Amino acid sequence: MAVNDTLAGTHKIIQEAQEQQGGQLVPTLNDFSQELTTLNLGPTHPATHGIFQNILQMDGERIISGVPTIGYIHRAFEKIAERRPFYQITPLTDRMNYCSSPINNMGWHMTVEKLLGVQVPKRAQYMRVIMMELARIADHLICNSILGVDTGAFTGFLYVFQEREKIYEIYEEVCGSRLTTNMGRVGGMERDFSPVAIEKLRKWLKEFPAVMKEFESMFNRNRIFMDRVVNVGPITAEKALNYGFTGPNLRAAGVDYDVRVMNPYSSYEDFEFDIPVGTNGDTYDRFLVRNEEIWQSLRIINQALDRLPEGPFHADAPHYYLPPKQAVYKNMEALIYHFKIIMGEIEAPVGEVYHSVEGGNGELGFYLISDGGRTPYRLHFRRPCFIYYQAYSEMVVGTSLSDAIVILSSMNVIAGELDA
Amino acid sequence: MADPTKEESTAAQETAAAQDPTTQQNAQVLALLHRLFGESTFTDVEEPYGLLTVTTKREHIHNIIAGLQQDTELKFHFLTTMCGINYPENLNQELGMIYHLHSLVHNVRLRIKIFFPLADPVVPTLTDLYATANWMEREAYDFFGIIFTGHPNLRRILNVEDMDYHPMRRQYPLEDGTREDKTDLFFGR
Repeated sequence: MAVNDTLAGTHKIIQEAQEQQGGQLVPTLNDFSQELTTLNLGPTHPATHGIFQNILQMDGERIISGVPTIGYIHRAFEKIAERRPFYQITPLTDRMNYCSSPINNMGWHMTVEKLLGVQVPKRAQYMRVIMMELARIADHLICNSILGVDTGAFTGFLYVFQEREKIYEIYEEVCGSRLTTNMGRVGGMERDFSPVAIEKLRKWLKEFPAVMKEFESMFNRNRIFMDRVVNVGPITAEKALNYGFTGPNLRAAGVDYDVRVMNPYSSYEDFEFDIPVGTNGDTYDRFLVRNEEIWQSLRIINQALDRLPEGPFHADAPHYYLPPKQAVYKNMEALIYHFKIIMGEIEAPVGEVYHSVEGGNGELGFYLISDGGRTPYRLHFRRPCFIYYQAYSEMVVGTSLSDAIVILSSMNVIAGELDA
Repeated sequence: MADPTKEESTAAQETAAAQDPTTQQNAQVLALLHRLFGESTFTDVEEPYGLLTVTTKREHIHNIIAGLQQDTELKFHFLTTMCGINYPENLNQELGMIYHLHSLVHNVRLRIKIFFPLADPVVPTLTDLYATANWMEREAYDFFGIIFTGHPNLRRILNVEDMDYHPMRRQYPLEDGTREDKTDLFFGR
């Protein structure tokens, strides 16, 4: 493996040590005082929660440099997308940030709708908001409870994972699957919320706040937890912006950039919610911002569910939206559209669209260039993890190994999104 | 003979478009671009779906992005994303880079494109301006073979290091080109 230039710092330290020793070659075999240890953190390490490697140079307990290697689960989504009709790209987006797949699915659907000029009815937009906010809660719950596990507190993790399970049951009721959801269609949702789904949602909305409160009281002012996370891995607002941070990580540094507010999509402008911001962008701030965002997401879901408008749950766009199966058997037009959509023979306008949504980790962007064919000419995903993970090697310098683990889990790096 | 009602409606559309805040903002950004860097620097000014898009030459790209970053009026402080692109049929302009900038203060986005020949895929790096450009440029190098001069560590990032081609170029079809049992021109397989 080629030696990375960030190792240059290490070589410099060795060189200086050599000069001090009068040009003698150090470290010698018997002299451990100046020796640096190379430590492989990953690729398969239980604390990295995904497959990526960091080659750390350690001076005793201190990390001198970290060189990340990524791409272990690269699946060439951008290349594959160039050969797939639009609706077949949705399952690819599932597999990016698999902790909050509905956000990815709907971000992609909205991108295509923007290209096609399809107007989605209010009810479908509100339904999307509910599902997206549920996904955000699930995403943040995983991140924060795993952070607890990495600091040695297993209880909170087991406790909130029950709630995540209930969210997945709601997904199941809405779209039929749990993790890789493939939820919704271009033009709206594939079916209306069933009475069971609404009932499960209402029940969960009633029960979840108590659990969340208990989770927070277990961590927020916990002396042991605070000792592990306060002032660990801080990043300034300027640096975070320069590194392209978005989402909770950027807001923890004190920048109130949220795509839901800045460029509202799917009727987010109808709801009242706050954007929590931190002050010094350390691990503790990231934890608190995520916790508060869970409360705000709950607020949004409650508002959307109470004000859920009547009406159709999908756009009236027969060219792009699959007709109901019963109609396909009886109705000529439905059969034709069904065939054309499944075979990817729908017409798309020539053009280019950039659409972004606030994903679990930040601004998830889709840049779609269409040449009028059945597939995108080029599709680029702006994956927030990929962009902000490059700051990690700078953030760990000078910290200890146990801090590096905590910083990694507080940044919520999801390998699927990192590698696409 | 022109239809008077139609003319009126297009005129109404034009005034509506002129009053549209996005269009106004875009016009403001474009005026700034022209003032700072000269009108001849930019070709193909478009506004697809409300996002101002300009094409320029690669010699100017570093200057323009640095100028926009330092500009105190519009404050383009955020590099949202950048990606490579390959149009094999555009002679001597086969490869391209597309930059998305965002001014968080005014909430304006800007897309800048540059195109250059496949035989000479050299572009100045932005890593001196944006730390985030580092991996984005490595990705563009990995997938399109675009060389960024001045990049501190231009290595492959997602693919294996001993790969000897750049897979996102259009000359590499997704499926095995030697197979004949799967050629179906109608359904793309």
